[in-house]
Amino acid sequence: MLELRNVTKVFNPGTVNEKIALDNFSMTLEDGEFVTVIGGNGAGKSTMMNAIAGVWPVDAGQILIDGEDVTKLSEHKRAKYLGRVFQDPMMGTAATMGIEENLALAKRRGYGRTLRAGITKKEREDYRQRLAILGLGLEDRLTTKVGLLSGGQRQALTLLMATLQKPKLLLLDEHTAALDPKTAAKVLEITEYIVNKDHLTTLMITHNMKDAIVHGNRLIMLMDGRIILDIRGEEKKKLTVEDLLHKFGEASGEEFTSDKAILG
Amino acid sequence: MNVLNLLIAMPGVLTQGLIWGIAAIGIYITYRILDFADLTVDGSLCTGGAVCIMMLFSGYNVVISMLAATFAGMLTGLATGIFHTFMGIPPILSGILTQLALYSVNLEIMGKANQVINVDKYNLLVSLRYTKGVSIYKNSIFVMAVAIILLVVILYWFFGTELGCALRATGCNDGMARAQGINTNFSKVLGLMISNGLVGLSGALLSQYQGFADINMARGAIVIGLAAVIIGEAVFGRWFHNFGLKLIGIACGSVLYFIVLQTVTWMGVDPNWLKFFSAMIVAIFLAIPYWKDKYFTKPTIKEGGKNHA
Ligand SMILES: Nc1ncnc2c1ncn2[C@@H]1O[C@H](COP(=O)(O)OP(=O)(O)O)[C@@H](O)[C@H]1O
Ligand SMILES: [Mg+2]
Repeated sequence: MLELRNVTKVFNPGTVNEKIALDNFSMTLEDGEFVTVIGGNGAGKSTMMNAIAGVWPVDAGQILIDGEDVTKLSEHKRAKYLGRVFQDPMMGTAATMGIEENLALAKRRGYGRTLRAGITKKEREDYRQRLAILGLGLEDRLTTKVGLLSGGQRQALTLLMATLQKPKLLLLDEHTAALDPKTAAKVLEITEYIVNKDHLTTLMITHNMKDAIVHGNRLIMLMDGRIILDIRGEEKKKLTVEDLLHKFGEASGEEFTSDKAILG
Repeated sequence: MNVLNLLIAMPGVLTQGLIWGIAAIGIYITYRILDFADLTVDGSLCTGGAVCIMMLFSGYNVVISMLAATFAGMLTGLATGIFHTFMGIPPILSGILTQLALYSVNLEIMGKANQVINVDKYNLLVSLRYTKGVSIYKNSIFVMAVAIILLVVILYWFFGTELGCALRATGCNDGMARAQGINTNFSKVLGLMISNGLVGLSGALLSQYQGFADINMARGAIVIGLAAVIIGEAVFGRWFHNFGLKLIGIACGSVLYFIVLQTVTWMGVDPNWLKFFSAMIVAIFLAIPYWKDKYFTKPTIKEGGKNHA
């Protein structure tokens, strides 16, 4: 499904601020896998996602989506395959445009944009139904500007937008980190629902170890631009926070007594 | 100070305001919708005027001449777009480069710094002479009002299409736009072309109206356009929420700007200082949202705050 082959990304090369954010990084994702990603601040989690999304070119290595080499494909062309939700609720939507207009933009992901109507009546009805499922009351506010929504509402909307055209891969970069616990739980619940309903292959970065354990069927931990833990199947199901802390200690050769140390 | 003198000047002022209103709508597209402060207009307005006049001299009719002027304006936008997207030059500098280059181009088009056209010898669409004492259909105020309404209808339609929505999304949040598969570079170039096309058209109308094209006619166009946008939003923004009405509001803003300018001149202010005052007024209006943010907003607590595990 997704394959990263020896991907390297260096920021500010040749300066004192040089940072190897992805270090010869390799990873393969199978169809339908829901992978949670953890790791300390600056471990390279977001860099990994941005490399997949093509935000900038990588310095070495290859990225394949469904066997197609997308390493040289620009960000907007890769968007055809990807659904993305960001940490900052401001980043995933166009604030000055209406809810339905944002959805209509997402509906056209992967298709050419022409002089056809930006949104049709039929679509509107579809959006209303999909929004109703979120249970946030957005279905009655189709023309409301997204800038007026709360962070949680915006993240739920961004999730819907990311999956309106079924993506080959869903990328979630700490998409609940900026929300209060109750809202975060709600957005996670919606995430779980959408991923299961559409059988989406998903990469979800989280700063919350419990969430990383509860959700998904595979867990990877990053450190210094490398994968230091990769747990799946039965082992993942039985995983506890203590296990994780212990394994982190083993993998990194350091001892930690609290997950705060890992998760910054 | 004779009020009658002011009133007599009004039909001309109104026409001028509406003509500049088209440029202002163009500037609104880059400045507000695309979030791109485009200084190309300080050259492309003249390009439009120059092309229109020279085409008329060559015997083309006024409609063809204005279309050519619009097209020439679009090419100037294309140049700025290429500077920015393909060559990675920041927006303001891209516009300045094109603007400077256009100085030579405009001189080349006109052959000299100033070309006068005789309204009696050519069949013009608008003219200072057509602002009073002609039939309503020939009256430049009427012609311009119809032109603006037509333009607003077309733009209203365009910004509702897939392409138009992509352009709006690009201006609002280009990262999001790319994540939704929008080629933001294309959007920017397209927006710059539409904007400068309108500015070129405005220049074509202005040169007909005043009876000449001049190498300096575009100087300060960006400030006049911004003034119109800002006045239009400040005065009509409260009622005009619909996109089409907003555009109409900007054209009205342009008319108000020229009425104020005329009134100030009539009151005896040295016309030499008008550009100075225009710049100051725009500066202050641009500062207002910044000041509001800085001094009058209560600090808000971010929703939930960061929630550590
Ligand atoms: N655009 C950038 N420019 C320079 N350095 C960056 C950039 N993005 C990330 N980095 C650096 O790369 C490292 C990995 O960052 P990131 O992938 O954002 O970490 P995280 O795992 O917290 O998401 C950090 O040291 C960060 O400072
Ligand atoms: Mg991150």
